[in-house]
Amino acid sequence: MAEYWYIAEGFEEKVQSFLTNNGESEVDMMFTVPEKDFNTAGKGSSEVKNLLKRLGVESGVLRRIAVASYEAEINVAAHSQGGVMHSAVFDDLIHVRFEDEGPGIGDIEQAMVPGFSTADDLVRELGFGAGLGLPNIKKNSDAMHIVSEKGSSTLVEFIIFFA
Amino acid sequence: MTLRDIVTLLEGEVLFPEADLDRDVPCAFASDMISDILMCTKEPTLLLTGLTNNQVIRLSDMIDLTGIIFVRGKRPLEDVIDMASERGLPIITTKFTLYRCSGILFNAGLRSCKI
Repeated sequence: MAEYWYIAEGFEEKVQSFLTNNGESEVDMMFTVPEKDFNTAGKGSSEVKNLLKRLGVESGVLRRIAVASYEAEINVAAHSQGGVMHSAVFDDLIHVRFEDEGPGIGDIEQAMVPGFSTADDLVRELGFGAGLGLPNIKKNSDAMHIVSEKGSSTLVEFIIFFA
Repeated sequence: MTLRDIVTLLEGEVLFPEADLDRDVPCAFASDMISDILMCTKEPTLLLTGLTNNQVIRLSDMIDLTGIIFVRGKRPLEDVIDMASERGLPIITTKFTLYRCSGILFNAGLRSCKI
């Protein structure tokens, strides 16, 4: 499997410490994201944002989390055969994982190039397919990780700290 | 500038009657691509677009939209109007094109949003 890592400057230690500590999350939320279902796509991200708003997360951080999560959720609906979104809220951060059932990303580096898109006509008609999904997740995240290969499943996960 | 001023300038039609048109609109963004619109994370923004599907309303759950102007005479379906109404998100349709709307509002002093 091919792998892609991005960690924002200055966050290396915090991310490393989160990944090695394996702490328990305070709240977990799980949503299924069906293939090409644009009536429900985005609901998971809305609900996660509402929860974090109630928990008092600052509005700028909240918007970054919502945008990264929504882009990833739409990616699963638009490009995969369906998948799940799992959000784990910790004291100081949120960790959101999207795992789908394929068909995988052939070239992750290329998929990260702003403007590159493989969206079909249905997806484009709805206003998606700008080729900014993965770049927008990266832009809004403190850490982002992708594991995929052609013909296999895809994992996209990101971490955003609350302060 | 308020939404009411904008409705007048664009000869718009407000799509649900309870919409709050007295809210202040500091800036605007125009696009038909959802990922472009998601770049507006810095401040409350008026959106001008030709997209009328439910995901345009869903966007307002993620970023802070002061209202949506549907251009080129586009009109969303009833369930999309309901989604906006539930969120208290004013939606307006105008027969003007995206380019013309942007020009009118820019000349009237409405600035572009920060991205």
